Amino acid sequence: MSAAAHAVAHSPEKRLRISRLGLWLFFLSESCLFGAFAAARFYMNGTYVPDDLNQILGLVLTSILLVSSLTAYRAETAIAHGNVAHGKLMILATMLLGLIFLGGVITEWSIAHFEPSEGYGTSFFSMTGLHASHVATGILFLGLAYMFAARGKYTPASHWGMTGVVMYWHFVDVVWVFFYPALYLTG
Amino acid sequence: MPAIARAPIVQGLIFGIVGFLIGIAGTGLVRVAFLGRDGGDWWSTDLSWTIGYPVALVGWLIGVGGWRYWGREWFGGEVDQYEMKGWQRYFGFSPDHKVIGIQYVVTFTLLFLLSGLTVMLVRYELAQSGLQLFNNDTYNAAMSFHGITMVAVAVAILAGGFGNYVLPLQIGAQDMAFPRLNALTFWLVPPVAILLVTAVLMGGWETGWSAYPPLANLQTKPGQVLFNLAVITFGLVSILGAINFLVTVIYERAPGMTWGRLPIFTWGIFAASLIAFFFTQAFAAGLAMILFDRVLGTSFFNASGGGSAILYQHVFWFYSHPAVYVMVLPAFGLILEILSHLSRKPLFAYRWAVGGMIGIVALSGVVWAHHMFTSGMQDYLHAPFLVLTELISIPTGLIFLAAIGTIWAGRLWVNVPMLFALGFLFNFLMGGITGIYLADVPTDLFLHDTYFVVAHFHYTIMGGEIFALMAATYFWFPKMTGRMYSERLGQLHFWMMFIGFQLVFLPMFDVGIKGMNRRVADFPSAYDDFNLFITLSAFFLGASFIPFTWNLVVSWIRGPKAEANPYRASTLEWQVSSPPPEHNFPEIPEVVGPPYPYGQPDVRHVPGPAGAAGAPAGGGGGGGG
Ligand code: HEM
Ligand SMILES: [Cu+2]
Repeated sequence: MSAAAHAVAHSPEKRLRISRLGLWLFFLSESCLFGAFAAARFYMNGTYVPDDLNQILGLVLTSILLVSSLTAYRAETAIAHGNVAHGKLMILATMLLGLIFLGGVITEWSIAHFEPSEGYGTSFFSMTGLHASHVATGILFLGLAYMFAARGKYTPASHWGMTGVVMYWHFVDVVWVFFYPALYLTG
Repeated sequence: MPAIARAPIVQGLIFGIVGFLIGIAGTGLVRVAFLGRDGGDWWSTDLSWTIGYPVALVGWLIGVGGWRYWGREWFGGEVDQYEMKGWQRYFGFSPDHKVIGIQYVVTFTLLFLLSGLTVMLVRYELAQSGLQLFNNDTYNAAMSFHGITMVAVAVAILAGGFGNYVLPLQIGAQDMAFPRLNALTFWLVPPVAILLVTAVLMGGWETGWSAYPPLANLQTKPGQVLFNLAVITFGLVSILGAINFLVTVIYERAPGMTWGRLPIFTWGIFAASLIAFFFTQAFAAGLAMILFDRVLGTSFFNASGGGSAILYQHVFWFYSHPAVYVMVLPAFGLILEILSHLSRKPLFAYRWAVGGMIGIVALSGVVWAHHMFTSGMQDYLHAPFLVLTELISIPTGLIFLAAIGTIWAGRLWVNVPMLFALGFLFNFLMGGITGIYLADVPTDLFLHDTYFVVAHFHYTIMGGEIFALMAATYFWFPKMTGRMYSERLGQLHFWMMFIGFQLVFLPMFDVGIKGMNRRVADFPSAYDDFNLFITLSAFFLGASFIPFTWNLVVSWIRGPKAEANPYRASTLEWQVSSPPPEHNFPEIPEVVGPPYPYGQPDVRHVPGPAGAAGAPAGGGGGGGG
């Protein structure tokens, strides 16, 4: 999908490897941002977790996000095999799960018994907020991928956009795999 | 008029302002809706800026060309080809790394001169005790502006400017791996500058470049928020640029350009990028936490809510110590590069020098708390951070030995770049040695927050990085502009700057040991004599930039035409015309040997006639020395 004036002439496979590496480095970089917030959580509150935190909701949300990684994976595989119809369906499913997750985060925020100005609240709201903003971005990108898929722009040979979005989605999931125990399970 | 209105920068400004208005209007509506009539105002300076600015930033990027040449594609549209020619290329969204390199060099040189002028005012204030020009607030505004702009220059100009211009040429590539990302990254810079200047015009901020809470949380000046937003944006520049360099070096090397044949400047940029792409996020995190505290009411750094101001120092220095190596690793590479070319000798102990750079990268992330010995952090952290910090002198020492081994018994061509390279060695040695007293806890307890620290980091950053920057500017000036600078004016600049620099910063060690605090507008009159001397020297140092600016501006306009390879140097950027053709190489070059094959008649970096690559020893002897 590149028509840049200065695009360097490479084989599509090499171009793909270049794009992948760039994205991986970006993930590594972001992991330092997330890591700083996680480190701040332990620095400020140790392993303290409030008793009245809604554990059930947290567990359900985590499961939803994990399932969404599965649908994202299915979406990419389908596109890679030329099965656009199934790919579109799975993109929509992933977006839906992401939206449910966001709804869950908002619920969590509104029922929380602590304030952002308390030590634990500071970490809780900022970490879930930072993560949720990444989920929201991912949903927007999935929407773009859906549009590309619907217009038939993805072929089994060329669908970097889809791959990139799904990589990003997995990354955001992995971040949650660290954030969830850090916020819910250490107590 | 319409022609001007279509200029990318004008469009960027228009879209940026519109974006800002949309952002603050949206914020205001939400506030009014949720806070109701009793909740107060639609406007809250901190919040409105925090929301309005990112929207403005998107608008700016769309306006300068990000949409036409890239963004459309993301929404399924067709992008335009970038077709500007001549000088207009420099004012638009050009994906050409040579254009972008010059954009960085010129932008940051202007920022450098502006920041230098600011500090002349600061020195004027400090010429004697009492307050003359400034009050405490305006002094802080000027000093903080100087600090952050110089840090930004030191982080970005060698890599962003000369790295962009030279690195793809040195490795035999047609461009960077992500050309349009490169353009986008550069166009994030003007908003940083605009924001910082606006912050000063709105009264500045109090916290210096390091933005320590609790002051950063508590002061009511809006400049603090603008500062945080500016520096987060600048962090993005650093991260995206670094990722681009890493991928470029990994995937865009010409055939035969093995890792062992990479020119050492490229290694320096690579090593600095390894640090920048990762650690910069920590600074962004710290500044974001301040914003959250101020705008959303969290208490990261608010002790009464369970936070801790020391947490900020950990997060901040986790980036800002490694950042000094982001500044200096490209400088190391550059200096070794120049020493080898202009001594007509292969780089001594190439592998060890590369190993030294990698060693610095490895250690850079585990020494940060040496800035916090007096902060009140846990005592048991003192000893490990002392030891780890001093370990860094081992890899640094390797690089120094490589430098000295390279000039040892060489036939030095002592022209302007070489003078600056030698000046670098002296200054950096001073900076490194004085660093040891700061890393030793007992001496640092005494020296912390005095002018000794100011002298130390100016020896490393100004005496090191900025001297290297000057070396780079003169060294590659003929390649980038196709014109030759005036050797005599250049030498005048060097000697004025070198002597002026020593006269300014050597006495600061002394006055620091005698107890003068840094970051104060006024001081006991016992220090008057020192400070008058330092201020007069500072004006002399400042004056050295007159021949510099004059030389480069005049030479760029009507200097004599430069040859393709005025230094008879071996690396690839010198094997193409000055300035290089649009796609760098008529055909992709093939690399057959080590980068500095001097004095070895049968060894070549690239196949070619003798006398170009691998010129015999003394081949450049016609120069000044
Ligand atoms: C072996 C080399 C070095 C050692 C042992 C060293 C050690 C230190 C220590 C312990 C401090 C803290 C002093 C204090 O605040 O009390 C310090 C401050 C500083 N150093 Fe170094 N340093 C070294 C090299 C460098 C280099 C290469 C640079 C930059 C290129 C640099 C830049 C700075 C800066 C900017 C500060 C002051 C930051 C501030 O407080 O605003 N240092 N150094
Ligand atoms: Cu340090």
